Amino acid sequence: MGATRGTAVPRKIIGAWLFPAAVAALYAATALFSPAIAAQALKSFGALLANITPAMVLVFCLIFLTNLFIDRRWLARHLGKTSGVRGWVFAIVAGILSAGPLYAWYPLLGDLKAKGMRGELIAAFLYARALKLPLLPLMVQYFGMAFTVTLSLCIIVFSVISGLLVKAIPGIEDADAGGNR
Amino acid sequence: MTAQRRAEVGMMEQDSKASRAAKQTAAMVVGTVPIIIGVLALTSLVTAAVPPQTICDLLPMESLLAPFLGGLVGSIAAGHPVVSYVLAGELQAAGVGLATTTALIVSWVTVGIFHLPVEAAILGARFAIWRNVICFVLAIATGYAVAFLMLVGG
Repeated sequence: MGATRGTAVPRKIIGAWLFPAAVAALYAATALFSPAIAAQALKSFGALLANITPAMVLVFCLIFLTNLFIDRRWLARHLGKTSGVRGWVFAIVAGILSAGPLYAWYPLLGDLKAKGMRGELIAAFLYARALKLPLLPLMVQYFGMAFTVTLSLCIIVFSVISGLLVKAIPGIEDADAGGNR
Repeated sequence: MTAQRRAEVGMMEQDSKASRAAKQTAAMVVGTVPIIIGVLALTSLVTAAVPPQTICDLLPMESLLAPFLGGLVGSIAAGHPVVSYVLAGELQAAGVGLATTTALIVSWVTVGIFHLPVEAAILGARFAIWRNVICFVLAIATGYAVAFLMLVGG
């Protein structure tokens, strides 16, 4: 059994790197036919990576803190089946306040889902992220105050609708919960 | 049990809890970081080969299907949301409707076709697919709602 456990972890690590290895092969193939596109993609990848790294560090720190301090009872009360309206408010406000790209938040949400966070609240959180407080002045400058206010209110309403629609999908709560449980 | 012994036991429990939390977090880092790196690299390659602006130029963004197409461009695209504002501003200046530009802005942040493998691996494939489909439809609905409310509001 010890031997099985010993090989399981490296196998998991190798498996996780298969996808980026396949993408690296795609880059190599692209570089053969169009070095300019491959170079531009690499530059863009570097910029995206630099952009996402602080958010990922923050998210993994939050995951560590939730693993350390948040137990299932607390989570059930605030974001679980019995959280009610408080859960919706919590998820939408957190979605609006969350910074960084969408995918940076998947690990934390996966962790919270494994601890009992409702799927509809995850959907509401992810939709509410369309409302970006730091970017509101820029949006006002581009599209005007009326558009910004209207869109912001619509995003809040539609984030609830997205959660309700996700909830309506049969079996979504019990479905495969990913590999990070 | 003496007070000192109780404190020692409490510290040991805290240490083991912290070590367990660190192990759980490390397992998550090892499992998710490579997938996120792969998705970022793939997205960069696709957007370098076919930039969102080029897609907008190629697609009939002023047709009846325009909000759908706006949502589609936003779903495929990656990058900072500011880029979506710039692109939407340019499209609007070129005469593209408000529903289309709004669908583009909203789907840019809420739908991620290229991020789907990460979302599926972490939150479950069924959840990820349904959430993205729902958010895509709702991005278009948000576009129509905003356009309607702006029309009604004058």
